[in-house]
Amino acid sequence: MTFDVARIRKDFPILERTVRDGQPLIYLDSANTSQKPRQVLDALDDFYERHNANIHRATHQLGEEATAAYEGARVTAAEFIGAAEPAEVIFTKNVSEGINLVAYSMGNASAMGLGGRFALGPGDEIVITEMEHHSNIVPWQLLCQRTGATLRWFGVTPEGRLDTSNIDDLITERTKLVALAHQSNVLGTINPVRAIADRAHAAGALVLVDAAQSVPHMPVDVASLGADFLGFTGHKMCGPTGIGVLWGRRELLEEMPPFLGGGEMIEDVRMERSTFAPPPHKFEAGTMPIAEAATLAAAIGYLGEVGLPALREYEHGLVGHALEALREIDGLRILGPAEPVDRGAAISFTVDGVHPHDMSQVLDERGIAVRAGHHCAWPLHRAMGVQASTRASFYLYNTHEEADALAEGIREAQRFFGAGGR
Amino acid sequence: MRLESLYQEIILDHYRHPHHAGLREPFDAEVRHVNPVCGDEVTLRVTLKDSDAGPVVADVSYDALGCSISQASASVLADLLIGRTVGEGMKVNDEFLALMQSQGEGEPDEDVLGDAVAFAGVSKYPARIKCALLAWMAWKDATAQAMGR
Repeated sequence: MTFDVARIRKDFPILERTVRDGQPLIYLDSANTSQKPRQVLDALDDFYERHNANIHRATHQLGEEATAAYEGARVTAAEFIGAAEPAEVIFTKNVSEGINLVAYSMGNASAMGLGGRFALGPGDEIVITEMEHHSNIVPWQLLCQRTGATLRWFGVTPEGRLDTSNIDDLITERTKLVALAHQSNVLGTINPVRAIADRAHAAGALVLVDAAQSVPHMPVDVASLGADFLGFTGHKMCGPTGIGVLWGRRELLEEMPPFLGGGEMIEDVRMERSTFAPPPHKFEAGTMPIAEAATLAAAIGYLGEVGLPALREYEHGLVGHALEALREIDGLRILGPAEPVDRGAAISFTVDGVHPHDMSQVLDERGIAVRAGHHCAWPLHRAMGVQASTRASFYLYNTHEEADALAEGIREAQRFFGAGGR
Repeated sequence: MRLESLYQEIILDHYRHPHHAGLREPFDAEVRHVNPVCGDEVTLRVTLKDSDAGPVVADVSYDALGCSISQASASVLADLLIGRTVGEGMKVNDEFLALMQSQGEGEPDEDVLGDAVAFAGVSKYPARIKCALLAWMAWKDATAQAMGR
């Protein structure tokens, strides 16, 4: 089936509305959160209208249906990323929670004196990268503060690629875990996860992959990436907010102590102490976002029907076109790869004489939604020598004409602020 | 066009040619405030002197990194507050805060706010209000610290 963007756009009701006094919406903020197709919206309604009940503990028909929807979503998510079994899929509310789950579990293993590969102490090291989202930096900083372990990181090159030149110095027998983004939310750079994972494993370290920006846009297989943990989130892939996945290898999840305690995650509770359910339930305390999980399955189904390989190919052409249009603008600097090679659909840039906040304001007046600021990647912006940037991020419903409208809007901002562009 | 109502010429003038910019000695207090949403930042110094009417703002100097709104706001603030008593300055500050919280409905008093009335349009854009307030919050903080010495 060929990729037909006009047909796809019809699936997204929000693209029919206008903004800022009747202008068509040009939504270029999908790396922030994506829009939702009718099929996904209908799935959410269908769950609440026909199947709503709590799961696992309701002894009635609706409870059975809700449980089947929730556990069915786990199977769908597992197949989607090539997990060995559904029990390796833990539902979380987002990638941040998934990363915190691993970090706090390691902190608990350390505090409980459990030893093993999850316990950290002085002399142990966690390795991240300078291009991470804050959600893949701060939890590790906190973990290191709690345990006395040391945080280290890969830098970035001026072109916005990961600088792996000092990998031998960074990944050593002291490394307990390497955590990195599959794709940068700012630069669009796709990182060589497999090569880094192989080095990490050779040193005896675990590998956590933040796949929030890659899973919505390309086929991702946890085994071929070489990951031990991988997180992704529903709302960036046509699904609802409040639901994400942390995938982990079964043997690791078995070994890890819990993160959040509460209902449904236990095996037996006594006043003195408790024992815990096997994974994945050990990590799913309390009533989970049931409708959201069921709806995530619909989003995965939608992307499956579109076809991720076709989507990726379409976006590749679209990003190439957008990069070309932006490169023609005087005074515009693209942060990250300027060619569509090993890069995704997020394009961040600065324009001489126009602050990103002012740029986004001018674009918004023309109905073009982008993001301005540091995009939760402040260290990366410092490394690139800029205070902030404007980010246009594309998805399956965006068109070449919208990329052209972005370029024209940027020129309008230059004219308005007298920034000397042509 | 709406853009012109937000970016009034006064704002663009202050942005392109900021008044009282740069960090000066001596000073009684220095603060650094950031807007964690966008990374805008201002380092602001306040110098006070005594007078019969109470402490007076002798100087406000600053180094601002940010958008046109936040930079122009720092410039207008310095223009307005240098030479005023701290009491008057706090009143101007309160008036400006009220204008920013007015959701576009405020009727600013030009006698009190001077060039700062040009920021009335900002109050219609929730994402930009923090830009306009950054320097004002920094001034209030620095002045309180200077008064405490």
